Amino acid sequence: MSDDIAERVKKIVVEHLGVESDKVTEDASFIDDLGADSLDIVELVMAFEEEFNVEIPDDAAEKITTVKDAIDYIRNVKAA
Amino acid sequence: MTGLMQGKRGLIMGLANEKSLAWGISKKLAEHGAELAFSYLGDALEKRVRPLAEQLGSDLCIPCDASDQDSIDACFRTLGEHWDGIDFLVHAIGFSDKNELRGKYVDTSLDNFLMTMNVSAYSLVAVTRAARPMMKNGGSVLTLTYYGAEKVIPHYNVMGVAKAALESSVQYLAVDLGPENIRVNAVSAGPIKTLAASGIGDFRYILKWNELNAPLRRNVTIEDVGGAGLYLLSDLASGVTGEVHHVDAGYHTIGMKAEDAPDIALDH
Repeated sequence: MSDDIAERVKKIVVEHLGVESDKVTEDASFIDDLGADSLDIVELVMAFEEEFNVEIPDDAAEKITTVKDAIDYIRNVKAA
Repeated sequence: MTGLMQGKRGLIMGLANEKSLAWGISKKLAEHGAELAFSYLGDALEKRVRPLAEQLGSDLCIPCDASDQDSIDACFRTLGEHWDGIDFLVHAIGFSDKNELRGKYVDTSLDNFLMTMNVSAYSLVAVTRAARPMMKNGGSVLTLTYYGAEKVIPHYNVMGVAKAALESSVQYLAVDLGPENIRVNAVSAGPIKTLAASGIGDFRYILKWNELNAPLRRNVTIEDVGGAGLYLLSDLASGVTGEVHHVDAGYHTIGMKAEDAPDIALDH
């Protein structure tokens, strides 16, 4: 189930940012490594919210800077 | 049914991405034969607007900061170099500091109050004035508002006050420009998860509440908004001006929670 979350997160990142899937590693930073701008981050968070049916409040969204951050946050919310 | 907008040209201001209400409206207009130009603010939005414009066969994308008169003038000068006139204008612009779209309205700062009013309300007046000389055969101006202008919606705060000013401006502009056959109307859309809505706290709760309590028992889509926008911008609405038209699944008619709607709580 948790691997499924990681795969779905990566798929959204690949589709939204239009980057190669092998670049979307867990350590990849959206802005520094994947070329995202600040609006991309907002759009990615919205896409995660939609995909996983969760609400990611702003203060949490601000801390999501890497692929791993996103996966961990969603795992935690889903586990709660 | 095609051709409602055949031979008509107009400018869309404030498109952000494919979730934007302005996108729902643009698609419907293009489907019915309209020729579109787009304005955008800054590089990040240009990157998003150009591919969308291309999808609708438009390559006319012009930078515009609607909070700055010089930028508005430059935008309409550029538009005028391509087209000798326009038939419609879509104003889908608003902004506020999202830190003030939570917490209490009573704590609104003067700086953010003035900025929000300028970008979200005065900009309609400014762009309508700039568009007026290009609407020699009359025209139709459409803006977007929200029920938070009429009644208190949690967290909408200063944006609600700005939307109230916007709705009132629709009426005053309609009177000023009516003799020139320029119509000015607003669509008051129900909540839709857009980039703009991402700044509003507890938005999912607002969505859920509307879905459970609106007469149509659903939320509206950008396609719903697009249909109403097409009507107001086309000759179908030739006798309509100064109107705030609700596209909200009927929510604005409701006085209290539906008896059969479940009690819902915030998820966090």
